[in-house]
Amino acid sequence: MSHVAIADQVDNSHHPKSFITKYIWSQDHKVIAIQYGITAIFVGLVALVLSGLMRLQLGFPDTFSFIDPASYLQFVTMHGMIMVIYLLTALLLGGFGNYLIPLMIGARDMVFPYLNMLSYWTYLLSVIILLASFFVTGGASGAGWTLYPPQAILSGTPGGDAGIILMLISLAVFIIAFTMGGLNYVTTILQARTKGMTLMRMPLSIWGIFVATILGLLAFPALLVSAIMMLLDKTLATSFFMPAVVSLGENLSYGGGSPILFQHLFWFFGHPEVYIVALPAFGMVSDVIATHARKNIFGYRMMVWAIVAIGGLSFVVWAHHMYVSGMNPYFGFFFATTTLIIAVPTALKVYNWVLTLWQGNIRLTVPMLFAIGFIFTFTHGGLTGLFLGNVVVDLPLSDTYFVVGHFHMVMGVSPVMVLYAAIYHWFPKITGRYLNNRLGKWHFWLTFLGTYAIYLPMHYLGFLGVPRRYFAMGDSALMSESAASLNASITVSAIIVGVVQLVFIFNLIWSLKHGKKAPANPWGGTTLEWQTPQTPPQHGNWGPNLPVVYRWAYDFSVPGHTRDFIPQNEPKSTGDENSYEPDLQEREK
Amino acid sequence: MAIAIVILILVVLTVVFHFVSPWWFTPIASNWTFIDTTIDITFWVTGIVFILVNVFLAYCVYRYRYKKSQQAAYEPENRKLEIWLSVITTIGVIAMLAPGLWVWSEFINPPEDAHEVEVIGQQWSWTYRFPGEDGILGKADSQLINVDNPFGISADDPNGYDDILINSNELHLPVNKPVKLLQRSKDVLHNFSIPQFRVKMDLVPGLTSYFWFTPTKAGTYEIFCQELCGVAHYLMRGSIVVEEQADFEQWLQQQPTFLASRQHQQADLVAGKAQYQMCTSCHGSEGQGVESLNGPAISHLAPWYIKRQLVYFKHKIRGDQSSDPIGAPMAAIAQTLVDEQQIKNLIAYIEQLPKPNKVSIAQGNIEKGKSLYKNCGLCHGSDGQGNYALNAPRLAGQHDWYLKRQLQNFSERVRGAHPQDMFGNQMLLMVKSLKNEQDLNNIVAYIGSLPFSGSSQVQNSQPLPEPELTARNEEVE
Repeated sequence: MSHVAIADQVDNSHHPKSFITKYIWSQDHKVIAIQYGITAIFVGLVALVLSGLMRLQLGFPDTFSFIDPASYLQFVTMHGMIMVIYLLTALLLGGFGNYLIPLMIGARDMVFPYLNMLSYWTYLLSVIILLASFFVTGGASGAGWTLYPPQAILSGTPGGDAGIILMLISLAVFIIAFTMGGLNYVTTILQARTKGMTLMRMPLSIWGIFVATILGLLAFPALLVSAIMMLLDKTLATSFFMPAVVSLGENLSYGGGSPILFQHLFWFFGHPEVYIVALPAFGMVSDVIATHARKNIFGYRMMVWAIVAIGGLSFVVWAHHMYVSGMNPYFGFFFATTTLIIAVPTALKVYNWVLTLWQGNIRLTVPMLFAIGFIFTFTHGGLTGLFLGNVVVDLPLSDTYFVVGHFHMVMGVSPVMVLYAAIYHWFPKITGRYLNNRLGKWHFWLTFLGTYAIYLPMHYLGFLGVPRRYFAMGDSALMSESAASLNASITVSAIIVGVVQLVFIFNLIWSLKHGKKAPANPWGGTTLEWQTPQTPPQHGNWGPNLPVVYRWAYDFSVPGHTRDFIPQNEPKSTGDENSYEPDLQEREK
Repeated sequence: MAIAIVILILVVLTVVFHFVSPWWFTPIASNWTFIDTTIDITFWVTGIVFILVNVFLAYCVYRYRYKKSQQAAYEPENRKLEIWLSVITTIGVIAMLAPGLWVWSEFINPPEDAHEVEVIGQQWSWTYRFPGEDGILGKADSQLINVDNPFGISADDPNGYDDILINSNELHLPVNKPVKLLQRSKDVLHNFSIPQFRVKMDLVPGLTSYFWFTPTKAGTYEIFCQELCGVAHYLMRGSIVVEEQADFEQWLQQQPTFLASRQHQQADLVAGKAQYQMCTSCHGSEGQGVESLNGPAISHLAPWYIKRQLVYFKHKIRGDQSSDPIGAPMAAIAQTLVDEQQIKNLIAYIEQLPKPNKVSIAQGNIEKGKSLYKNCGLCHGSDGQGNYALNAPRLAGQHDWYLKRQLQNFSERVRGAHPQDMFGNQMLLMVKSLKNEQDLNNIVAYIGSLPFSGSSQVQNSQPLPEPELTARNEEVE
C-alpha cells in the first residue's frame, strides 16, 4: 500500500508561528504554491508587455523610435523564454502542482517540505538573474528563445556577451529549482497517497502533473548540459557547438564543434517541454470539465493511458523542430511518423472531453467557459500541428508566421485558457472567496475572441511566406498593403487582449477582500481538496485524521443518488454498487 | 448558451475566412506541386475534423446546458466507441502521412542531371559559386577566408580555379533545369528560402546542406533568410532571376572566375596621378573633399569601396540625373574610365594620398548619436572603421555634410533603391530607425567624434602567394 505512516502524524509543534516562517520562509506547500503563482504571474506580465512592444513594431513599422532591430529581437527572445519556462512551467507545476498534489492525494504536505521551500527561492533567484540581463551592457540576449549557436554568443546578435551569459546561468538555476520541486512532486505522488487512493483512482490533474514532472526530470538535464556547454563556449572558448567561423570579418578561434548538436539537445528538452506544459493543463481541464458538466470524465482509463503514451512519445519526436536544420534528411521519415502517431492519443483526449459534455448537465460558469474555450483553441492548435509535423508540409511553412500562429494556439493560448479555468475554479478553495463573476465573463470573452483574432490570421501570413522574427518586411512583394493592414489588425487585437489581462489581475486582488464568500465545496466537487475541514485549508490540511478514499474521482450524477456528486472519501453504500471502478485490482476485491 | 452560438459562428467564420482570404500561397514557380497537393490533403482532413469536433462541442453545450430537472448520464466508458474513434483517427493520420513521406523521399533525392550551385551565407548577405567548365566545385574552407579570398576557396585544389564567383545577392538560374543547391555558411545559421519554390533549408557553418528544385517559371523571386542570424536578419534578402538558358549563359559569362579574381595587375601610379587630375576640382588635390562642390573626402576610403562606387556611378546605379542631380556629375565623369586597369591605377593613386586629418564636424548631441549608432556599428565597426566582410564602408574621416546627405538619400530612396545596388539596399530599411532631422544630426555628430586612426581593412588581409597559384593552374592545363 502506498500509504505512509509518517504523513499521518500530526505534530502541532511544527506549525509555523511567526509571520516570516508562515509566509516568507514557508514550508507549507500551499504558501509555496502561492509564492510560485505570484512570481510567475508577475514575470508573465513582463513578458506580456514585451509582446505588446513587438506587436507595435510589426503592426505599425517605422512609427516607434524606441524600438530598433536590436531591442526588437530582445523583446522576442525574452517574451518567449519567460512565457515558456518562467511562467507556464513554473505556474503549472510550481504553482498548481504544489497546491493540488497534497490536497488531491490526501497528504499533509509534500514529503520534502524544506526542499520545496528551497525550490521556490531558487526559482526566484533564476527570475532575478533573468530580469537583470535587461540592465547589463548590451542588454538581454536577442538570440530567440531557442538560443541557437553560433549566433547566440557572437557579437552580431544583441546581448551576445553579458546578456546570453546571464540567460544561460538563469536557465541553469531554474533547472536546479525545478529538479528540487520535481523530485518532490514525484516522490509525494508515489509515496504519500492516502489510504484507498490507488494510482488508477487519482484525479487526472494529478496524472497530468505526475507525468509532466517525470518528463521534466528527464528533459531538463538536456537543457542544463547545453546551457553549460554554451557557457563554456562563450567564456572559455571551448568549441562544443562552434565550428570554424568568420564572424563579421574576423576569423575566430573556434573549430570542430556542431551547431546542430545544440539543436538536438535543445529540442530533446524542448519538445517534452511542450508536454510539460500541456499535460498538467490536460489533467486540470479534465477535472474542471467533469465537475461543471456534473458528469464523469468519459474514458478515464484511456485518458490516463493517453497521458502516459503522450509522455513517452514526446521523447521521440524532437527533431520535427529540425526538418530544415540541415540534419541528415533521412531523419525526416522517422520523426514525421512518430509525430503523427502522437496525434492519435491527443485526438482521443479531445474526443473524450467533448464526450464528457455529451449528455451532461453543463453549468456555464466562468471556469467552464474557459475550459470550453480551451477545447476550441486546442483543437485548432493541434490540427495545425499536423501540417508542421508532416515533414514535407513543413517545408514551405517552417520559420513563417504559420509556426508562430500554431504554437501560440497550442502552447500559449490553450494552456493559458486552462490556467484561467483553474484559477477561477480553485480560487474559492485557496482564498475562501469567489472571483468576481461579471469581470470573469468579460475576461473570458475578450481573451477568447481576442486571441483567435490574433492567431488565426497569422497562419495565413505564414501561407503567404512571411518569415518570423523579422523586425520589418520593408517593401517586399510578400507584404502587400492588405497583408500590412492585417498585421495592424493583429496588433490592435493583441493590445486589447493585453489590457484585458489587467482586468483579471484587478479581479484577483479585488476579490481577495471583496469577493463573495464561498462555501468549502462551491462547485460540488468529488475530489479530496474540496473535502478539507477548513477553507482555506490549514497547515497540515486534514485536521486529526487523513481522509480515506473509497472510489474514483468522478462519481458525478450516479443513478439513484439524490446528490449529483459523491466525494471520493464517501464509502460505497447500498445504492451505488454500480458505480464505476477504474482500478482493476480494486474491482476484484 | 452564448458560448455554443459563438463557437458555431467561429467555425463558420474560420471556414469563410479560409476561402475568401486574399492571403494565400504565392503562385508556385517550381516543380514542387506535390507539396501543395499534400497540403491540400492535410487541409481537407484537418478541416473536416475541426468542423465536426467543434460543431459537436457547440451542440453538446447547447443541448445539455444546465437544467434543474435534468440529470447527467452516467457513462464512464464505451469501449466500442473509443475503438472506433481510434481507428478513424489513425486512418486520417495515414492519409496525410503516406503522401507526405513519399514526397519527402523525392525531395531528398536530387535527380542525376541536376546542376550544382553553391550558396554561401554570411551576416547579412548571400553570395554564390558555380562550378565552372569542369563541373566540379573546388574545395573551400572558412579558415581561408580573407579580403582577397572572400569565398575561402583553396588554392591547392585546381578544381576551384575555374569556379565562377557571384559576389552579389542576386542569383540567376536557367528555367526548367533541376538545380541542386549546396549550402554553406561562413558564420552563423541562415536559411535560404524562396516562398514561390516552396522549399527551404538551413545553412550551417561547418557542414554542407543541400536541397533541389526545378524552377518552372521565368521571373524574379525574393530570397529570404528564415533562420534568425543576428540583428540585421530581416535585411538578409536576395533575389533569384529565372531566365532562358541563353540569357543565363550570357549572365554567367560576365562573372569572374576564381583565378581571374586573384590575378592582380600591377597598378601604374603615374598613370593614376594623371587620371586623378579630373578629380581634384571636386575632391581636392589630396582627396580631402570640397564642400562647395559637394565632393566628399575619398582618401580614407578602402580600395574595394572606391572601386564599387566607381562601377556603380559608371553604370548609373548611383547618380541618376533625375533623382540624384548632385551625384549625376560623378556618374558622367565615371564614364571616362574605360577599363579595369584605369580604375586600378586611379585607386592606387588615391590610396597613397595622405589621410585627411581635418573634417567638418556637425553640431549635435553626441550621446544620443552614440545610442543611435549602436546598430550601425555592427556593420560599419564600433569606430566607424568599415568592414570589408560586411560590405560596409569606413565612416570615420568623412565630412558631416556628406554623411548627412547620404543618409537623406537612403531615406528618400535616391540611393540604394536601384535593383542592382545589392549592398546599398540594406541601408534603405536601416535608415528608418532615424526618425527626424535631429536624429540625423546627432548620429553624424557622433560619427564625427570617432577617432579615424583605425585601419579601414579588416584582419587577415595577407594575400596568398599568387605566382604559385598561376603556376599550378598551368600544370593542370
